Amino acid sequence: MLGNIYIILKRETKGYFSTPLAYIFISIFCGLTAAFTFYLGAFLERGQADLFPFFESHPWLLVLLVPSISMRLWAEERKTGSIELLMTLPITTFEAVIGKYLAAWVMIAIALALTFPMWITVNILGNPDNGVVMSSYLGSWLLAGQFLAIGSALSAMTKNQVIAFVISTAACFLFVMSGVEAVTGAIEGLVPNYVISIFSSMSSLDHFYEFVKGVIDLRSLLFYLTSIIFWLLLNIIIINIKKAA
Amino acid sequence: MENRIILDSLYKSFGELQAVNNVSMTVEVGEILGFIGPNGSGKSTTMKMATGYLKADSGTSTICGVNMEINPKEAKKLIGYLPEGAPAYGEMTTIGFLNFIADIRGYYGKKRAIQIDKAVERARIKHVLHQQIDTLSKGYKRRVGLSQAIMHEPKILILDEPTDGLDPNQKHHVRELITEISKTTAIIVSTHILEEVDAVCSSVLLINKGNVVLNGSSSELRSKVESNNSIMIKIDPKHGEDLKRLLLTIPSISKIDVLNETESNVNINVYPKENRVILTEVAKIIADHKFPVKDIYQNHIALDEAFRKLTV
Repeated sequence: MLGNIYIILKRETKGYFSTPLAYIFISIFCGLTAAFTFYLGAFLERGQADLFPFFESHPWLLVLLVPSISMRLWAEERKTGSIELLMTLPITTFEAVIGKYLAAWVMIAIALALTFPMWITVNILGNPDNGVVMSSYLGSWLLAGQFLAIGSALSAMTKNQVIAFVISTAACFLFVMSGVEAVTGAIEGLVPNYVISIFSSMSSLDHFYEFVKGVIDLRSLLFYLTSIIFWLLLNIIIINIKKAA
Repeated sequence: MENRIILDSLYKSFGELQAVNNVSMTVEVGEILGFIGPNGSGKSTTMKMATGYLKADSGTSTICGVNMEINPKEAKKLIGYLPEGAPAYGEMTTIGFLNFIADIRGYYGKKRAIQIDKAVERARIKHVLHQQIDTLSKGYKRRVGLSQAIMHEPKILILDEPTDGLDPNQKHHVRELITEISKTTAIIVSTHILEEVDAVCSSVLLINKGNVVLNGSSSELRSKVESNNSIMIKIDPKHGEDLKRLLLTIPSISKIDVLNETESNVNINVYPKENRVILTEVAKIIADHKFPVKDIYQNHIALDEAFRKLTV
């Protein structure tokens, strides 16, 4: 089982790097995070040796950039018909879904790792708490992992990559926004309070900020992991349902 | 282990459309079944169910004794499949793609190199190994797909229109290849090129609108058409009646039509019973009585015609 997952992962990763896709994604990600950090985050003007302005932009960038990766995961396979080849090889749907997912997640890890000049910069300028930086990176990667799982599942529903992109972005956006006070405030009074607290506890943003604060909270960790597992299960179910349809 | 594929009463509907309606077939090692039918008749859907890509509404696909639905992974190991249009990962090179397939098929080390080499050799794709698949011509893409399907030398091979889009030389080569591997393989090949059925297939299954119309040999397919093996004789009208009277004494004749009567010519069409070949008997009568025939030929029905008559 692990063997097949690894084979799929390897093939997908080769696919990313044999086309401009990986390079463009990584360049844009690094470029945009840097731009957000210095211009919108006022990294230098703040005079604080931390990477908060850098990580602050991540949820908003990932909402757009992760679906641009995930949209092709299954929609492209459906479009080109290669899904028929893949699913008639002696592998299970589980292995295919996990292998493809991990390949994309690894690529995002590479993109995150390649933002290391930010980390070097802040270490040259001052003495940041590197534990906080590490937990922030972990939070960012988990957040991306959640978006990727959402996007992968939704991509399996269609052969149109644009549709996959738009619905995935909307879904990820909803998970980010559910923690924003303007949103919870708007529905306050309309629904019982416990609904609001469930709703805001589902917020990817709140859990992300735990990591950015340097707290690796078990609940936040579990939130991302269960969310990823949930969406990947849904992904497998969608593919198996389409097989029977 | 049984060396055969058995499809048993497959049904599949898409909404209102009954795409496949009770299709069954059994193909043994050494046989090549030509799976024919008009576009949209359910050939590809049947093959997708046979290979486990689609789930049948009911019915089973059994590969060498392994049930596709109960044990898909094992069943898929025993099958080689070329889907319609030979899909592949276009951004990969041919060799990169074949390496991936070899990995999935569980080959490593020396064996891996041997299996890849053999598949490359058989599909004749040696000089496109390092080209990106997206940049290949339709014919080469098809052959890359074929090499993928035969790499693990499967007992069961299912090919969905393997010669579609190939030039005559390539078609010939693919047919040769199919014939060669059929000695150790049970092959189902779908096509809408009927010459292929005569060229390679040992039996024929014709479907139309999801229903099996005929399951037999290509001569059985021909025999579905009345005018098969009928004999047309062109003769001067004054001998017409005499000839007709004498011909009617042949026991294996079912009927005689007289057509196109002009001043100087009459066409006499002699239909045999059950598609028998009656040329000898007819020729004997003509020779014995020295009838001055102007032309004589046997109607050997083209499969195309039989196909049209059965599916329109």
